[in-house]
Amino acid sequence: MATIQPIAGELEPHPDVALVDRVRGGDVSAYDELVRKYDRQIFRIAQHITQNREDAEDVMQDAFLKAYEKLDQFQGNSKFYTWLVRIAVNESLMRLRKRRTGRMVSIDEDVETEEGSVPRDLADWAPDPEQNYNQAELAEILRKTIQGLPQGFRIVFVLRDVEGLSTEETAETLGLSIPAVKSRLLRARLQLRERLSRYFRRNKVGEK
Amino acid sequence: MTCSQFLALLDDLIDDSVTPELRAGLQQHLRGCEHCEVILNTTRKTIEIYRSHEIYDLPAGLRERLHAAIMARCKKGC
Ligand SMILES: [Zn+2]
Repeated sequence: MATIQPIAGELEPHPDVALVDRVRGGDVSAYDELVRKYDRQIFRIAQHITQNREDAEDVMQDAFLKAYEKLDQFQGNSKFYTWLVRIAVNESLMRLRKRRTGRMVSIDEDVETEEGSVPRDLADWAPDPEQNYNQAELAEILRKTIQGLPQGFRIVFVLRDVEGLSTEETAETLGLSIPAVKSRLLRARLQLRERLSRYFRRNKVGEK
Repeated sequence: MTCSQFLALLDDLIDDSVTPELRAGLQQHLRGCEHCEVILNTTRKTIEIYRSHEIYDLPAGLRERLHAAIMARCKKGC
């Protein structure tokens, strides 16, 4: 079907709005589409927070089911995806609490550290540093590195830089102020950079 | 501009949310400061690497299994 795309894209309702409306009207297949559209992201976010594969599987199922049950409460003023992410973040944190029985787990945990706020490793990196490792090695380096970040930094970095939420959406999703998101993001980026330098700095090429 | 002033604006520079005047100031600092240039480039690279590499893959088999479980429970009205 050839249609002329409107230039003012922002005036077009987000395609998820139509899908959500169909689900509300009883069309389960529309929910199927929504799940397929976002399952990878939700799984990834759950893995980043819980750092456990089985927990992430449970979180993914629970988050999509909860979103389905609560769809009537979904207000069109935020994106369906952002709303879904908020549910997934909460489910992930609940899962962590269960695992560490009794211990409080929140996104405020461990953020008081000053580590990494001031760059120490000032060596430049090799031109395409990731090419010095194979896929499996690289994935392991990236996992290990991000897992070492304090939870409160890691979630902000994942939502903002990996999943592409805006600063405002990240703040809304995590119940944080915008300045808090910004300061955590900067420290998360700098700490990751610092830790990756160990593997990617120019003079380490060939040493591994 | 000092290095710590530069660092405080690093995110805004990376996210492209600085005014043209501020950008000019940041670029002027970069021309005279190798350290900040390295930090800017490697921080950008850090973000790019995390964005472009899937570290928590969802294998097709697992994806289908989870998907089927979700839809089965949804159809039952949860
Ligand atoms: Zn400097």
